[in-house]
Amino acid sequence: MGKDKGKGKLPEHLELRRDFVTCGDRLNFNVNTITSANTFNAMGVDNSWDFAAFKDSFQIVINKMDREVMEFDMIGCDPAIANALRRILIAEVPTVAIEHVFMINNTSIIQDEVLSHRLGLVPLLVPPHLLEPKLAEEAPGEKNTVVFKLDVTCRRKPDGSLENDKVLTSQLEWLPGGSELPEETTCRFAAGQAHLFTASAADAAAASTSAAFAAAAAPPSPLGSTSGPYPRPRAVHGDILLAKLRPGQTLQLEAHATKGTGKEHAKWSPVATAWYRLQPVVALLKEVRADSEEGKVLLETCPGLFSADEATGLLRAGNARGHEMVLERLRRLLEQERFSSCVAYRKRKDHFIFTIESSGVLHPAELLAQALDILADKANNLRDKL
Amino acid sequence: MEGEATDFFAATFSIEEEDHTLANSLRFFLNKNPHVAFCGYSMPHPSEELVNLRVQTTGKVTAMQAVKAACEDVSQVCGHMRSTLQDAVHKFQAEEAARKR
Repeated sequence: MGKDKGKGKLPEHLELRRDFVTCGDRLNFNVNTITSANTFNAMGVDNSWDFAAFKDSFQIVINKMDREVMEFDMIGCDPAIANALRRILIAEVPTVAIEHVFMINNTSIIQDEVLSHRLGLVPLLVPPHLLEPKLAEEAPGEKNTVVFKLDVTCRRKPDGSLENDKVLTSQLEWLPGGSELPEETTCRFAAGQAHLFTASAADAAAASTSAAFAAAAAPPSPLGSTSGPYPRPRAVHGDILLAKLRPGQTLQLEAHATKGTGKEHAKWSPVATAWYRLQPVVALLKEVRADSEEGKVLLETCPGLFSADEATGLLRAGNARGHEMVLERLRRLLEQERFSSCVAYRKRKDHFIFTIESSGVLHPAELLAQALDILADKANNLRDKL
Repeated sequence: MEGEATDFFAATFSIEEEDHTLANSLRFFLNKNPHVAFCGYSMPHPSEELVNLRVQTTGKVTAMQAVKAACEDVSQVCGHMRSTLQDAVHKFQAEEAARKR
């Protein structure tokens, strides 16, 4: 089967089924992707995998990107790959989170286990690649564990105000030399971790307010955050409330953070979430005059989506992106035969509007790059084992 | 992981420690291979880290070769997507810098 055999030379109605989901008023049609290589053989169209064609058509267009959120269009790729990336982003890109909490003293109202759980969910600014994943049977040490200390006592100041009545994540103190209770925690460091985190100490000193945290934020360079120097380990956000104390109450604990993936526990997920949707497209199936009854209704219920061509007096369908609310109104109109016969609401099957919301530890573009590497590694591992 | 082969052209691969993420991607590329007559996968139990990938070929290639080719395709596509991403990020940053100026 020659690759040069007219790709995309399908009859129009089949092309439409292959490339678009058609949205009806109650359900969507043609939602499956046609992947089989031989599907269109009878029509002389080769549907088999063609890397050159993929290379020509595949595009990534970034619409919005900062150190927490990235929205981009991924065009020319199959849902199998898009979904694999989404799943990897949520469950398989590693981060560092608190796994063991050793309570020394807790006289606060919040129970040990509840506080421990809260601590686990705090996103930590520790570059995950500096640590090795800790296997269950392995002893904790400087290779696989980052140790934090929390020692807060609330008291009433002479002027009557309270000190430390709110325990915030900025009060977590990193211990570069490892656990202060090596007997109890069995966590012993030989040389300490101070040499790993050498970026200016200013950020740690000024870590008491969230503004300072934002200023001393994670390395903002996407795809470059795997190169040092790294700031001292701390929580990504310094203003997360961990517990509230009353005068005389004390919280004393040591928290040991390890590397893991979202598969095991959501606290290790590097994203708040990652999702995609398909590119919406609105098309007119036949000429509709703007002053006809249907034309008037469409212009009125879907402002911005349709416009009237001044010269011809015909209705024109504009770009459906950014008119999501209007699209749902259009979907309701499709209940009526007079509208469904002249307007089609479709979604492109190979055009994904992807959003990645990072937890703040890694740049979202870096997360996507790592997800791609992980998927490639999975495939390479399997190939090598076969 | 083991290929349980009755003949060379049809096999079920039990892939341990993998899930839909890899299996569905492989299924896509296997289906895109004109020499593969059938490909499907299943997870026998959701709490077991195991997928069974069934591949039957037309006889031109062995099932093993087909899966290997699919693995190559996945990693090739990932490589291309990664470089595309890199370009897109650089382009966005250049535009961002131009906007600020």
